[in-house]
Amino acid sequence: MLIERVCAGEKHLFYELIQPYERSVYIAAHSVLQNEADAEEVAQEAFLKAFGNLASFRKESKFSTWLIQIAINEARMKRRKDRKALYESIDEQKTDDDGDYFPRDFADWREIPSETLQRNELRRALEKALASLDAKYREVFIMRDVQHLSITETAQALGITEASVKTRLLRARLQMRDALAPGFDGAWKVGDGSWKKVRPW
Amino acid sequence: MATIEISCIHVWREISNYIDGEIDPELRRRMEEHFKGCEHCTAILDGARNVVRLVGDGRTFDLPAGFSERLKKRLEEKIGG
Repeated sequence: MLIERVCAGEKHLFYELIQPYERSVYIAAHSVLQNEADAEEVAQEAFLKAFGNLASFRKESKFSTWLIQIAINEARMKRRKDRKALYESIDEQKTDDDGDYFPRDFADWREIPSETLQRNELRRALEKALASLDAKYREVFIMRDVQHLSITETAQALGITEASVKTRLLRARLQMRDALAPGFDGAWKVGDGSWKKVRPW
Repeated sequence: MATIEISCIHVWREISNYIDGEIDPELRRRMEEHFKGCEHCTAILDGARNVVRLVGDGRTFDLPAGFSERLKKRLEEKIGG
């Protein structure tokens, strides 16, 4: 096992060990911080922390979940230090966690715009939609639907209950749908008030 | 046995669990019955599924260019190897 070998002193194998999880750790940090440079810095710190604590890794959890958990914690610490984020977290506390979210847009949306829209456009639209979510909803959504963590792993990585994972995921998915759903005219709302035609009629 | 109808609000509350297969068979059956007769809820289900599909395809969220090189360099500086 690579982990044992790194713990036994073969430090040069550490990158090989964590390389498959680079993306997951970066995305986890980004889900909290919403900024590329900060997320990269935190991802690096998280890997260094993981190296320092490798001997304490318990094999009952998945290595990827353990790394993501470290990244989330590091990112949250950074966010707390950030003055701007202080206001965000105050805002967050005002949000009713269990309140029902009612979908706004009933437009039929069977078509997937990914084939119609340029990848970059889609990416920008998704980033905007994600940024519009409260952090607690965004974090759960990213863990489940982008990282494909199970409900249990998501709860573990974020330090919340499985019931909260489900409630927040519902809210996040419905809000994301409202932020991205095409209107009745077949246009696709891209978040800044402009609409992109995605259907030929 | 006739299926007991459920409301749109009840369906919305469970729509995410429905997508994840996290509901019991009885509720699943009732929701499926509801979708057959409710365009609004079907549109919401399709939209939510599309969101899951869009973000989950693995191509949308990439690492920044040069990320791996910078990480390797940082690790080498800090821990050697």
